[in-house]
Amino acid sequence: MIFLVQQTMIFAIPLLIVALAGVFAERSGIINIALDGIMIFGSFIGAVVVYNIQMAQNGPSGQVLYLIALLASALAGGIFALLLGFSAITLKADQTIGGTALNLLAPAISLLLIKVVYGQNALRMPTGTVKEYMLHIKTGTFLDAFTDMSYISTYIMIVLFIILSIVLYKTKFGLRLRACGEHPQAAASVGINVRKMRYIGTFLSGCLGGMGGYIYIATVSAGTAQGTVAGMGFLALAIMIFGNWKPVGIAIGSLLFGLLKCIGSSYRAIDINNDGIAGLANLNLPSYFYNIIPYLAVLIVLAFTSKNSRAPKAEGIPYDG
Amino acid sequence: MNKFLKFFKSLFCSVDNKEPKLLTAYKKESTKSILSSIICIATGVLIGFFIMLILEITSDDIPTGDAVNGFFILLGGPFASKSDVMFILGDMLFQTTPLLLTGLAVAVAFKTGLFNIGAPGQYLMGAMVAIIVALGIPVKSEVAGFFVWLLALICGMIAGALWGAIPGAFKALLGVNEVIVCIMTNWIAANVVSWVFSVNKQFVNGAQSKSGYTIPTIQNGVATPKLGLDQIFKGSYMDIGLFIAIAIAIVIYVILNKTTFGFELRACGHNKHAAKYAGMNEKRNIILSMAIAGALAGCGAALYFLNGKVELYWNTYQTLPADGFNGIPVALLASNNPIGVIFGSLFLRYIEKGGFNLAGYTMFNEYVSDLIIAIIIYFAGFSKLIKDILSGRKSNKKGSMLKKLSSLFKKKGKKQEQDDLNQQNNSQNQVGDREVVE
Repeated sequence: MIFLVQQTMIFAIPLLIVALAGVFAERSGIINIALDGIMIFGSFIGAVVVYNIQMAQNGPSGQVLYLIALLASALAGGIFALLLGFSAITLKADQTIGGTALNLLAPAISLLLIKVVYGQNALRMPTGTVKEYMLHIKTGTFLDAFTDMSYISTYIMIVLFIILSIVLYKTKFGLRLRACGEHPQAAASVGINVRKMRYIGTFLSGCLGGMGGYIYIATVSAGTAQGTVAGMGFLALAIMIFGNWKPVGIAIGSLLFGLLKCIGSSYRAIDINNDGIAGLANLNLPSYFYNIIPYLAVLIVLAFTSKNSRAPKAEGIPYDG
Repeated sequence: MNKFLKFFKSLFCSVDNKEPKLLTAYKKESTKSILSSIICIATGVLIGFFIMLILEITSDDIPTGDAVNGFFILLGGPFASKSDVMFILGDMLFQTTPLLLTGLAVAVAFKTGLFNIGAPGQYLMGAMVAIIVALGIPVKSEVAGFFVWLLALICGMIAGALWGAIPGAFKALLGVNEVIVCIMTNWIAANVVSWVFSVNKQFVNGAQSKSGYTIPTIQNGVATPKLGLDQIFKGSYMDIGLFIAIAIAIVIYVILNKTTFGFELRACGHNKHAAKYAGMNEKRNIILSMAIAGALAGCGAALYFLNGKVELYWNTYQTLPADGFNGIPVALLASNNPIGVIFGSLFLRYIEKGGFNLAGYTMFNEYVSDLIIAIIIYFAGFSKLIKDILSGRKSNKKGSMLKKLSSLFKKKGKKQEQDDLNQQNNSQNQVGDREVVE
């Protein structure tokens, strides 16, 4: 059970934060299909920073280094997303095309630089890094599920998620941002600078996406930047649509997805009632069956809830003003 | 024949009081599209070159002159190879086949206003069914081999079509965003394919070195006809698949642009509600469009794996085939024109081969070509802006100037823009007019 909670969190956190990244862009009116590329670029810059600091040997290490890497990847992701902002907001280009271009650009540029600058096919952060990030606070109670074998990033992201959700719904800034995604002309008529808000939305989206990318490679993908996040960005996009462009929906979606995904990848070892027998493994179903379940579950839930689904009205439409 | 002569004459001389077509060609919308594509490509290649130059200057490992050298190797594509050019060219053409068809799969869906990011899944399903049919029916003679090949191709298309129809049905009947369904069905397809082949070991290559691959279909006597192409491109996998794909692209072009059904599909893409009120069955059209897209992707996979020698990596549940996703840049490069998709896919493969040569002969690597493609797509996003500039309508894009104008004038500006479309020659005068009003 403890194991299940730990594993679910590891899968769910990148999804959660990247889906929220999608919300910030789309609620401001910019379709952000580039989440995958932003994650890749953020993870690459994060890995470069960690690699160089660890190679220098007298720099910070452990959790401090992890935080530095998170900040660096957030900044990198934000700047990278501004490329999308520039094409979509200033040049009024098709947002799907701009996003696709970024999705292609990120792996190309990171793999090119990894090979030319570091002479490797994948940038592996020096060994020990991933373990170093883990918290090992053993209390001997059920709380272990949250303190042992977990990452500090998990809690930072949960706090960030809550703060940003409040910002989006309870502050003037959030209201303005959402207005730009629903009806930019109306927003402009009351004096909101639509372009600026959309740029801010895209930048924040990039920051969160970049961080999500780095968390993904640090926690799920064994600390290696190799120009891919295994389609995690697209999954986050799907979770965002699944969550109806709302933080609560996203939280439910990513936890559900993370749980099912975690069952799929470790059903052999799951022992819910601690009797020493892994119940699911005895069913003798192939692992592919468990792998399919999360995707199938999303489809089934969508089929029943789709009537309530509503995208921001003005997303994808360039603002002429 | 007469018609042709008249057309030929009209290129150079005045016919029916129209100016010679070659002189007025630059005004045509299609010429501007092609020109703006060329501008995008040139910009992408140049930026790629500058990045190589910067890397050469900053890095100690890269010898001087590698960037310039690499630039020409990249532009040379398969022709820059120092080994057998015909072999690499043949492989390039053969590998264009699946890319062309997945590009079409994305383009057709785009025409109906749908973003088909599900091509990888449709591709995998097509590949799986085609391989199972090709290997599952024992072939005794050469003629039987051809019919099994045809059957496998058709079954692959049907499998792709059914898989593609799922997101279409979700969109049309339940109103679920097609992007999310496509992403989910992609991963389901990847797992289904792995599942099916992990159970049915008779299709799986037993050799230790080939772990995770299927048996090549030639072992059952099923292969795409070569018609001597393998003699021209010696050693390569080249077969008639590319020509089938090109023929399909032309058919799709005709369907989309010359038939009522194609018009309905495009009408749904332009404005779903207008199409509905004009009496079109927009739900049926959405499902059909996705099914056609799926059939195209499935056909691409079938043609690729029915070549005879190609093996499918069936243990694919953690990755999706790149050819599926690469259909998106191809379609974007071609601005969703089926004929453009032919050239777009050829160009992508050409520059990819250049990238591989780059890795072979310089300190750079194949990712430079990926980078260039990404930059080209980025610029393709503002092809409309480039087209406007080509038409001499620069003034409309000066946001700062427009901002200063009163809302009344803005309305007038829009009207002028429409006039612009009718009389592009006068754009200079209109710029003058505007300045006066300001």
